[in-house]
Parts: sequence; structure tokens; C-alpha cells
Amino acid sequence: MAITTVPGTTRPPGRRDPYPSARRRAGLGRKVRDNLTGHTFLIGAVVCFAVFSWYPMVRGVVMSFQRTRRGETTWVGWDNYARIIDDPSFWTAWKNTFYFTVLALVLGYAVPFFVAILLNEFRHAKGYLRILVYLPVMLPPASALFLFKFYAYDPSEAGLFNAILAALHLPTSEWMQSPGMTMPAMVLASTWMNMGSAVLIYLAALQNIPGELYEAAELDGAGIWRRIRHVTIPQTRLILALLAMLQIVATMQLFIEPLILANGAGTGDSATSVAYLIYQHGFFQNDLNGAAALGVIMLVVLAGFSAVYVRLTAKQD
Amino acid sequence: MARDSGTRTLISQAQLERGRGRIIYWTLLVVVVVGFTLVFIGPLYWMVTGALKSGQEIAQTPPSLFPKDPQPQNYADAWHNLDLAKLLFNTFYYATGAVLFQLVLDTAAAYSLSKLRPVFGNAILGLMLATLMIPAMVLIVPQYVTVIDLPILHLNLLDSPFAIWLPLVANAFNIFLLKRFFDSIPEDLMAAAFVDGATPLRTLWSIILPMSRPILGVVSIFAVTAVWKDFLWPKLVMPSPETRTVSVGIYAFAGGTPMNVVIAASLIAAIPTVVVFLIFQRNIMSGLTTGSLKG
Repeated sequence: MAITTVPGTTRPPGRRDPYPSARRRAGLGRKVRDNLTGHTFLIGAVVCFAVFSWYPMVRGVVMSFQRTRRGETTWVGWDNYARIIDDPSFWTAWKNTFYFTVLALVLGYAVPFFVAILLNEFRHAKGYLRILVYLPVMLPPASALFLFKFYAYDPSEAGLFNAILAALHLPTSEWMQSPGMTMPAMVLASTWMNMGSAVLIYLAALQNIPGELYEAAELDGAGIWRRIRHVTIPQTRLILALLAMLQIVATMQLFIEPLILANGAGTGDSATSVAYLIYQHGFFQNDLNGAAALGVIMLVVLAGFSAVYVRLTAKQD
Repeated sequence: MARDSGTRTLISQAQLERGRGRIIYWTLLVVVVVGFTLVFIGPLYWMVTGALKSGQEIAQTPPSLFPKDPQPQNYADAWHNLDLAKLLFNTFYYATGAVLFQLVLDTAAAYSLSKLRPVFGNAILGLMLATLMIPAMVLIVPQYVTVIDLPILHLNLLDSPFAIWLPLVANAFNIFLLKRFFDSIPEDLMAAAFVDGATPLRTLWSIILPMSRPILGVVSIFAVTAVWKDFLWPKLVMPSPETRTVSVGIYAFAGGTPMNVVIAASLIAAIPTVVVFLIFQRNIMSGLTTGSLKG
């Protein structure tokens, strides 16, 4: 199975114009008409972006400073923010979300990389293994999570994981009913569900590494680990950096796992996430303004995070 | 693949074919193939057979590997009690519409940005790509408020399929994928068509689109799976039981329905995407890596 990449997308300089010779002769009228056609083709998508993406972005920020009561909207300054931060669940949710993100970086980020390295070494069964790893990505998340909830994480010994642990004479766990296990169990389910796409992207990157580099490293006496450290990792640095960022943005939005696996909160708030709190404020407590404020806080945290991250990666270059 | 193209990877071909290397290679391969099969197919097997067990057998310790007294009735119950036919039809309808809207509007936009290059084209593209950095959860509340009262038109899109179709058009990743593909189509073809007097629409239809079948396939598959996998947005904008998608429907019923019936329903909901994947896995995998940078 060949992984194809779109060939050279860079355009030679000076060839930016679609009809170079034609436009040079053209007057103002023709230019306007050409532009009109171009904009006509754009309009559908631009309207959708404007209505469902750009405008809500601005509106979210505006809403976070307003309060709507009985159809009347008033400007309340930082009130919504104060109320959201005062909520004791706010800090629990951030703590849980960060804990999930760290665990997901250890498990959900490192594991796919090493799985991809391993798969890349095999000369047989590659297609089969690749399909296997990607299969859970195609399941609707609700389906996959009900599977974990009812079978794998059943706290009695009838559950899959407990049955395996019992067969190995290891202590069983209460999984989602034990506050300490909630986050690790959610990371495990989420890694199983999502790692396929990361593995495929890494595999494509690994295939672009020139074999001579490994050859040279081997001649210099580098063992397998040193070859991974000094050839594989530097050569895939861009992809690794990109996926780390995407992984952080994705895990910060942890929502469906707490909702389905832990009915939202879990034992003693152990599964409350920031995204779940947004959902709860907005759609249960009828506090859309508070939810908007929490959304803005999430955006600021992520933006701050990206800024630090870009700084760090830029320094390395 | 490594052998075909003659490039070497981490470990050299020779090392893998020598005595000890060969043994390690084959042992590792067998371990990985068996392990991955258990980890990735095992749960699905558990799902298929679990849904066939009786309520009693499901709770039994230790769990049984095969259902002793298979109860296909569970699948029938799931189908009827949850009205899965209706839920699947809804999801299928939303997915089809999403494909059409995205193909028409996103292709036109990408074509314009790549080939017609109108004034401010790059600024618009930049604004589109910037939305990739904004997490969906941040926008969920203002987006919901926008959908229940559209600006200027003051329409309420709740329970209308447009609430799923139109926001999906605002997909910067698709436009990026399509634009990159169109960029790779030689300008000479465009110039030739222009000399022959073809309009931009005609050029798109007769030259660009026929050459772009692979990428259009990838975008369509992504659109289908996005609709099938999405949960929170359809849950919010399709609140009525009659307009629900299959994932939301199963979630709504999970509370009061026996667990083996919920599992049976989850499995039925998963079948369409898994089948799409098995048929189009080549396209999906190439599509995934098309968008990635070179490492």
C-alpha cells in the first residue's frame, strides 16, 4: 500500500497569475471581471465561515461580558468570569484536564510513535497491522465508549480487564468507580480510539527518512536506541512538534469520555473536565454567558500555551 | 514496502536476514500481529458476542468466551426499541448532504484561491486557516446561539439539517487539502483552456475536477465519517427524537435500556463507518498523509 503525497505544491516565482499573457494585455474592466468571478466562487464558503466560525468567535467574547435575563441583555463586565472562577468545580476541572493532558502526552503521544517505528521495520503484514490500528478511529466514539464502559471497565470480575487481571492473579480495580483510576482509564480508552491517525502520519514521515543516514550511524557504531535518538527523532522533528501541539489542543477539549464513561462528573468530581463544565453551564444551568466566559478562558490558556511552545521550538532551530 | 523500494530503515535488511536477527524478527512479528489482533479486534469480538448473551450470562464471573445460548433477539430489540432504522436514515441523510455541500462550496473556494487568485484571496485563506487553531469547544456556545437565531435572517435552524450541513462547509482543513491539490495542476492547462475560450466554471468542470477525483474522494469520506462520528453538535442542534443521529440516539436510550441491547445498537451504529473504511482504506490513508508535512 503506497502512501502518496501531493507532488510539489510550490509555484515557480513569476507564475502566480493564471492567465499571465492575457492579463498583461487586459485593462481595468477585465481585471474587475476576473476578480468578480474569483469572488463568486469563494462566496459560499466565505459566508459559511463568516456565519459559523468568524462571527461566533467575536460573539463568544462579547457574550462573556454580557448577561441576558428575560430577553434583556446588559453589559456586566467581568461578572461572568468572577462567577465561573468562584465555582469550586472550576479548579477541579482544570486540574483534571491538565492531568489528562499529561497522561495523554505520555501514553497517547509516545506510544503511536514507537508503534509506527516498529511497524516501519516489518516487511510483512504491514497493510493488515495498519488497518487494525486505524479501525477504532472509524467507530463512532459513543459506540467505542459504551464498549469500554460496559465491558472493559465493569468493576466486578465479569469485566474484561478485571477478568484478565484475575486470571493473572493480579489485584482487580474498580475502574471508573475508583477516583484514582478515572483519568488513567479515560486516557486508555481515548488512546485506543484515536492513536490510529497519529500512527499513519508518523509512518508517512518515517518513510521519508533517507536510509543512508541509518547506514552512516550504524557504521559509526550506533546501536538501535542511538539510531532512534540521533536519526529518527531529529528527522521527524517537524511532525513530532506538530502532533504534540494538536494532541494538546485535542486533549484540552476532553468531553465525550467523561460524559459517557463517568456520566459527566465521575466519583467525587474525578472526571469533570473544562469542556464538560462549558457544556454543563451552557446547557444545564442555562448560563450561556458563563459558558462563553469559560470558553474564552480556555482559548486564552491554549493561546498562551501555543506562544510558549512556538518560542521553545523556535529556539531549537 | 522497504524491500520494494530498496530503501533501508532503522535496522538493515542484512541484519534481519541473518541467523539471530531472523529469529528475533519473526518472533517479534508474530507477537505484534497476535497482540494487535487481540487489542484492536478483540474488543469488537467482545461486542459482537456480548450483544448475543443473555443479561444473566453477561454479568457472570468469569466472563464466557462464546455465548452459551445466543440471543439474536437482542439485535432485533435494539433495532425496534431504539428505532434504529430512523436514526440510521437521519445520519445517512445528514452525511449525504454534508458531502454535497462540502464538495460544491469547498471545491469552488479552493479553485478560486488556487487558480483564480482574486484580490484578498490570501487574506481570506489566512483567516480560514486561523480557525484550525480554535478548539471546537470554545465556539460551541456562540455557535449554538448563532444557529438558533441566524444573524440578519433571524431563522432558527434547530432540528433543520442545515444546522449540520452549513457549519461543516467552514472546514479549513478540506479547503487546504483541495487547494494544495489544485496548486499541483499545471498552470499551462489553465492557460490552454483560456486560449480556447473556456470560462473559469467550464475549466473547473472539464479540466480540474476530472483530474481531482482522488482528493474529492478523500474529502467525501472525511465528510461522511465526520457526520457519523460527531456527537455534541448533533446532540445540541437536533434535540427532537425524530431528527437525532444514531450516536445521540443510542446515548439517549442508554439509561433505561438493558446493556446488551445498548451494545447491540452501538455495534449496528458502527457498521456503516467500518464498512466505508474497509472499502476505501487506501484513499483514507493517502488522504491522511496528504495533509501532513514532510518530517
